[in-house]
Amino acid sequence: MRTSIPPTAGLGLKAQHYREIETTKPAVGWFEVHPENYMGEGGPPHRHLAAIRRDYPLSLHGVGLSIGGDGPLDDAHLDRLKALVERYAPGLVSEHLAWSTHEGVFFNDLLPLPYTEATLARVAAHIDHVQDVLGRRILLENPSSYLAFEASTMSETAFLAELVRRTGCGLLLDVNNVFVSAANLGFSPESYIADFPLHAVREIHLGGHSTEADGLLIDAHDRAVADPVWALFRHVLSRVGPVPSLVEWDNDVPDWPVLLAEARVAQALLDEAVAEDPRHALAG
Amino acid sequence: MPWPADIGSALLAPERPVPPGIARPERFAVYRNNVVVGLIEALAAAYPATKALVGERFFNAMAGVYVRAEPPASPVLIHYGAGFPAFIETFPPAGRLPFLADVARLERLWLMAYHGPEAAPVPLDALAQLPETALAEVLLALHPTTGLFASRHPVAALWAANTGRGTHEAVDLRRAETALVLRPHDRVEVLVLDPGEAAFVDALRAGRPLGAAAEAALASDPCFSFATALRRIFAVGAVAGIDHPSRKEF
Repeated sequence: MRTSIPPTAGLGLKAQHYREIETTKPAVGWFEVHPENYMGEGGPPHRHLAAIRRDYPLSLHGVGLSIGGDGPLDDAHLDRLKALVERYAPGLVSEHLAWSTHEGVFFNDLLPLPYTEATLARVAAHIDHVQDVLGRRILLENPSSYLAFEASTMSETAFLAELVRRTGCGLLLDVNNVFVSAANLGFSPESYIADFPLHAVREIHLGGHSTEADGLLIDAHDRAVADPVWALFRHVLSRVGPVPSLVEWDNDVPDWPVLLAEARVAQALLDEAVAEDPRHALAG
Repeated sequence: MPWPADIGSALLAPERPVPPGIARPERFAVYRNNVVVGLIEALAAAYPATKALVGERFFNAMAGVYVRAEPPASPVLIHYGAGFPAFIETFPPAGRLPFLADVARLERLWLMAYHGPEAAPVPLDALAQLPETALAEVLLALHPTTGLFASRHPVAALWAANTGRGTHEAVDLRRAETALVLRPHDRVEVLVLDPGEAAFVDALRAGRPLGAAAEAALASDPCFSFATALRRIFAVGAVAGIDHPSRKEF
């Protein structure tokens, strides 16, 4: 049973596709799930995930730890995550630079935080705590943003770079989130990538976004990846070389062949990146 | 700095002002919408028959009131909505459908069984290995996902008709139904029990031995057939253990 996530295209695993994947065993590098969906005691979700795990490496991508929150972490939740890590031996474990719980209420959304010295210290302490409990490095994902805080004193990329330096965590670079945030907050996605601590990137996310009537982009994960996001992905790959790259499609989930086709596009760009890997050039 | 207390309280309260300190405050509406829509979707996934009975618009409005009144306390959203059936009971606009809260209660049992613990069902043959004289003292451990729900309404028929498993013609609104819900294998089973069977299963759940459970069943329904009831609960996989005072686990 392979555990480490290869530098190939992976897909977000959806319940609608369990049977197709189990019976056809498609050529997909790896799968990723939200651990929160597997925190029941038993039942079909665990039965299918165990079956698929036997054939594929798995990544756990949490949405519930509220690492960006100001309160203490939910240790019961962290214990549940640890149990899943022990049970399924994922190759990667990731979470978000966001918060979702405050004073006992879980908002089920990835909410933004101001980037200040105070929040930096708290988020770093939270990451340390998670990494201590899990006994492994985690990856942190850049958020998709619709607003910014006047209180912020540093850029998101500087905030992430400092988290990497203080905690040793890795980063999950969501290219669609960069595109969405750039459009919504009015910056250039290429300059964000230029400032991003790319040396710490261990995984990339790709997903579809929707466009509101007023031009606001929403990180909806409800459609195919947009062409300019593919272009930004290619740009990132030219800088970092091939890394595990996941296509997320969580709402209006399409039939399996449509999702598989998205993974094929990502894989083709990863194949190009292998040929042009800057690390090969450096080694030569 | 008011973050995140102001944001937390404003997310679920549309009448509150947008918290200060946000550049482009009009964008706060995106988060408000995401939070409420996401939680309504979670309820819709957990309560499909309830939604089908009232239609999408009514359901979204009702669920929208609920998510603001009882937002999740845990990030494990698959367990969210335990209080939704009781909320429906007290939600005046749903009063015209007196069975709606009970259909939601059945859906909650279904969800708990779906995500419930695993245990291997025991076949009926296991009982045959016991001397017949010992049968009355036998204790049956029901499958850990087993739920039993006695409704004044035809709750299982309504649920089946509104999830594509049954027909609307099969619903007789004058009928009361007791539903047995469990997931012994990879599928949730929903069975309608007659009154004797319901009393029998209820007694077993309370830890009473087979003899006493059969007496309770006969007291509630003189037509109760012990053999039929026993075959039925074993056939569906509702028995996960057999114990007898004179012996260890069989």
